[in-house]
Amino acid sequence: MNRIKQRFESLHQQGRKALISYVVMGDPAKDVTLPVMHALVASGTDIIELGIPFSDPNAEGPVIQKAHERALEHGSSLRDALALVKQFRETDSDTPVLLMGYTNPIERMGYDTFIENAVDAGVDAVLTVDLPPEEAEEFNEHLKQANMENIFLLAPTSSLARQKKVTSMAGGFIYYVSLKGVTGAGNLDINSVNENVTSIRSLTDLPVCVGFGIKDGASARAVADLSDGVVIGSVLVNQIAVLAEQGETNPATYAEAVSVIITEIREALDK
Amino acid sequence: MSSNFSSSNKAVDFNQMPDARGHFGPYGGRFVSETLISALDELESLYRRLKDDPEFQAQFDYDLAHYVGRPSPLYFAERWTKETGGARLYLKREDLNHTGAHKINNTIGQALLAKHTGKKRIIAETGAGQHGVATATVAARMGLECHVFMGEDDIHRQSLNVYRMKLLGATVVPVTSGSKTLKDAMNEAMRDWVTNVDNTFYIIGTCAGPHPYPELVRNFQSVIGREARQQSLAQTGQLPDALVACVGGGSNAIGLFHPFLEDESVAMYGVEAGGLGLESGKHAAPLNDGIPGVLHGNRTYLMEDENGQIIETHSISAGLDYPGVGPEHSWLKDIGRVSYVTIDDDEAMAAFRSLTKIEGIMPALESSHAVAYAEKLARQMDPDQMIIVNLSGRGDKDILTVAEIDGITV
Ligand SMILES: Cc1ncc(COP(=O)(O)O)c(C=O)c1O
Repeated sequence: MNRIKQRFESLHQQGRKALISYVVMGDPAKDVTLPVMHALVASGTDIIELGIPFSDPNAEGPVIQKAHERALEHGSSLRDALALVKQFRETDSDTPVLLMGYTNPIERMGYDTFIENAVDAGVDAVLTVDLPPEEAEEFNEHLKQANMENIFLLAPTSSLARQKKVTSMAGGFIYYVSLKGVTGAGNLDINSVNENVTSIRSLTDLPVCVGFGIKDGASARAVADLSDGVVIGSVLVNQIAVLAEQGETNPATYAEAVSVIITEIREALDK
Repeated sequence: MSSNFSSSNKAVDFNQMPDARGHFGPYGGRFVSETLISALDELESLYRRLKDDPEFQAQFDYDLAHYVGRPSPLYFAERWTKETGGARLYLKREDLNHTGAHKINNTIGQALLAKHTGKKRIIAETGAGQHGVATATVAARMGLECHVFMGEDDIHRQSLNVYRMKLLGATVVPVTSGSKTLKDAMNEAMRDWVTNVDNTFYIIGTCAGPHPYPELVRNFQSVIGREARQQSLAQTGQLPDALVACVGGGSNAIGLFHPFLEDESVAMYGVEAGGLGLESGKHAAPLNDGIPGVLHGNRTYLMEDENGQIIETHSISAGLDYPGVGPEHSWLKDIGRVSYVTIDDDEAMAAFRSLTKIEGIMPALESSHAVAYAEKLARQMDPDQMIIVNLSGRGDKDILTVAEIDGITV
């Protein structure tokens, strides 16, 4: 069984919410990400969402944009991300890993090569921000054959017809974007999250997780009460940025810093 | 001279492109994050409704005639023809439009669409600043708030246009990410749009971006080709043998080409920015030296590295300094209907100087690429043949760049 499915089933049995942690591969250096991933897991992360650096990440706010730029400065690529997951799997065979990125690097590698390497590395799912269902048919076929999940986004602007279409194609879980805007923006509108998550849940048995705009234990808790899990991104990336700006080069320092954030959120979720 | 457009393509119905989902063959489409889908759906249904609405069309025609000053002349450049030696050279004078370039044709059209949505805030991206000025202009005329995203590098090399936009009441937002040019301005505009989608209309400046933009920009710009076709017949009794236009995103080129696509005797040349030369890698010529990929909402030829990262481009002209190109051009290249060629920085500069001296017409550096190629082409053609060059804009905005090359402080 796919690790994502497995993880949500066991969370469900325990009555717990999923905590999904996002960092950008190679930010700020290639040797930082592996210890960070293990630290995220040790402090309570259920699913790792690994951002693939792209030159034009136009769905990202300034914080994550800069992370992409830092990662690209020393040439981090999709190939490196796949190699990293393979390395991660040497000591962690349980934690699901989701690759999040943009279409172009994947197409450049080619769907076949990408999926072959992703399966070999132990990747469980893919989220391509700029590949909506209409353009994703071919990619979806490839993923299905490899038993990999295609994660789709739904937004506050998605109509009911749209929610139906996306849920019919999606796998793994539904990623509900909690606000209109780029990553790291603004404040949450809990009422709108509630309304939309309720509607999505009536259309699918897939878990619904909420991302964008979740900053701490309290906001994570509020959102988790309405959904199956939360995605934590910009706060983690922002902490990495602070250390990078200080010129920090020790990977262990980055690992510790993300642990502090995730520990607090995990506690709030499990309360 | 015969076009390299093979007769086996006769079945292609150019007016049926793009398909219902915005595809030109394998290109185009809608590659955006979910938040924008509803806004694009809304824009598409609005456009479908208004496209053939006589009232909307009449308003568009009225604005083009009375505000932009259309039709723009088709001018026989007699002296330039004589100096060049070869085919007769005609200039389609988009430089004479209000605000000085073809860009206003499109912003008039999109502003009319914006009016129907009731949205009070306009955003745009700009490279050379011509689209920014054209957007700020229509926003001023309609009393709408306007924000123009512009790469920091372009702000420096097009400072005159930056000041024009400010005078027109627009806010110019400097973009410092990535290569600090047009592509990054477009990223930033898309980010703004995702955030303010409820009250904001995004006026894209070229025939690229997610469906339906490439289609609607083409249709608004096609007034160039429709006029040129009629003017050519009226003035010479014949269709031109060749059309030449510069290609940044490709809007002035598709505007000229589209109404002629079914005229098999008309050869077409899209001129990309060769920068420091194709071999140098420092250019902005995705159709000549790129591969298909996905950027800014559409699939098209792109300049990218082996990891699929978009690479920085180079051109002396800010308006051509873009790593992608409108998807319809990618398709026209693949089917062989249009030839895509390059002109490098030096050749464009030389053409800028010579047209200015010979005809008293100062072309934009973008348009100078078309002028330079037309000169080469004319020499290979007979004196009884005819070329129409799209003079997409006037060169006033570029005089600081030219002065700098000449070592002069103005
Ligand atoms: C005068 C002029 N010509 C051409 C272009 C290139 O755009 P397009 O290829 O969309 O016509 C620009 C863009 O700024 C321009 O200002």
